[in-house]
Amino acid sequence: MGLTITEKILRDHCQNKKAIAGDFIMADIDKCLANDITAPIAIDVFKKVTEDSKAEVFDSSRIILIPDHFTPNKDVASAAQCKILRDFATRHNITNYFEVGRGGIEHCLVPEQGLVKPGDVFIGADSHTCTYGALGAFATGVGSTDLGVAMALGKCWLKIPESIKFIYSGGLNEWVSGKDLILYTIGEIGVDGATYKAMEFTGDSIKSLPIEDRFTMCNMAIEAGGKSGIIEPDTITRSYLDSVKISNDSFYSSDKDAEYCDIIDFECANIEPQIALPHSPDNVKSISEVHGMKIELDQVVIGSCTNGRLTDLRNAAKILKNRKINKKLRCIIIPGTQNIYLKAMERGYIESFVNAGAIVSTPTCGPCLGGHMGVLAEGEKALSTTNRNFQGRMGHVNSEVFLSSPAVAAASAIKGYITSPENL
Amino acid sequence: MIGKVIKYNLKNINTDLIIPARYLINSDKNFLAQHCMEDLDREFIKKVSEYNYSILVANSNFGCGSSREQAPLALKASGIKCIIAPSFARIFFRNSINIGLQIVELSNIDDIKIGDVLEIDLKIGIINNTTSLHHYTVKKQPVFLQEIISDGGLVNYTKKRLI
Ligand code: SF4
Repeated sequence: MGLTITEKILRDHCQNKKAIAGDFIMADIDKCLANDITAPIAIDVFKKVTEDSKAEVFDSSRIILIPDHFTPNKDVASAAQCKILRDFATRHNITNYFEVGRGGIEHCLVPEQGLVKPGDVFIGADSHTCTYGALGAFATGVGSTDLGVAMALGKCWLKIPESIKFIYSGGLNEWVSGKDLILYTIGEIGVDGATYKAMEFTGDSIKSLPIEDRFTMCNMAIEAGGKSGIIEPDTITRSYLDSVKISNDSFYSSDKDAEYCDIIDFECANIEPQIALPHSPDNVKSISEVHGMKIELDQVVIGSCTNGRLTDLRNAAKILKNRKINKKLRCIIIPGTQNIYLKAMERGYIESFVNAGAIVSTPTCGPCLGGHMGVLAEGEKALSTTNRNFQGRMGHVNSEVFLSSPAVAAASAIKGYITSPENL
Repeated sequence: MIGKVIKYNLKNINTDLIIPARYLINSDKNFLAQHCMEDLDREFIKKVSEYNYSILVANSNFGCGSSREQAPLALKASGIKCIIAPSFARIFFRNSINIGLQIVELSNIDDIKIGDVLEIDLKIGIINNTTSLHHYTVKKQPVFLQEIISDGGLVNYTKKRLI
């Protein structure tokens, strides 16, 4: 029996050379990541495990620390959390510590900095670490204790997941992006449809899907309960890797006779732009249906580790250029990293946003988790390009979050209610 | 272990409900416990201490969402020693195991009521409901996970076996 790409990568990162789906392994990890919310506890665990104040981390170049959630520090308490990361990074010469102003949102930043490559085993104390599966790596979210142990030993316990194969066929309709494919998928299988499983995205539609849309799809694997999302690397991956100067990588792929616990087919011709309605990412409807509901908005957010990349901003800018944000709402746009911010500036996107009446924020998670930079009041409604619309996620427990692609979010910011770019 | 049940018969209780992000600016577990589950039930922490509840029963996909370990930490610090649900989200599951909080997958929770006293023995995979006198069999946990739990969590497991 053949193996899936996920089984092959994990087998090559542990002692058990016969390990298959279902087996527990102690995996050797290539990189590990934490942020200002998860690192303080991980650092505590590291100290408990090593018990020796002089103990060193397993490899100071393979630990990545990114303060991005409550940064620039929103208050004294969050400043104290960030200081813990900064002090630890200095003490242990962590080369991949990204200070505010030189970094950005972790899952936009890590690939851009060339810190993940095909065939890697990458763990992050952040649930959206699954994003990097877009490059053909095994990447998964873990907790702070896992990360503390990993910083000490370079190892992490894992159960090799079974895989579900998703096959997408045909060309995408106009205004349909990776975000719409993944929202549609979660709508079909539910928020626990892939629990403990690797979601392998395949098919001719994926073969021609741009890399940034692939990041968006893998980013939301966790919203279906998935352990990871993964896409076999190909020529599109290759040219992305060239652009971030990675040459030493291993392109794994699934065997033809690999075993899957489920195979699910989707015809892209049937997929319109999608909206997830409150309060769950699987409460998904097509834009034509939601347009008819005339849902009026108080806020639109374009950004996050799901949709804060350059193509996302380009798609928003195409729509917002020479138009005005509806006077009833606020539109907040957040480039994912400082590099993305700069490129967006060079290409005139930022100018279009500001002229339209949107606010452009420094890279931060900010409103995505109701942290700062756009928290909702009681009863308010927001359309956001983020990944979660749980109750209270973006502010008051009685506020509402809808999810969409950047193009739909930008069009809705102009109209004042949720609508398709077609209706402009 | 033996304990009294507090129950929320809801699916997909997510980590934002267990501990809202607005409290993640502080990782002190007693601070977190004060706000545990408050967006779902403002009285949660009061009930747990007043009635001495220690087993939380909920519906499927418990703990979905974020990787924040603050979620199981807050529950543990609030006095919860064991969580029973038909299924758990995976990062929540591993975080609980890692901090030594017992997790039990039980497919049918209909029969368990608030206030029931349960006796749980995971080595043999049996739960006795000493209030209703019903018994439930549960899947035995893989040896590897039992070892982490019985060592009191991943920190001790690591110190004992890997260093
Ligand atoms: S942008 Fe949102 S989902 Fe992504 S890492 Fe930040 S808080 Fe998490």
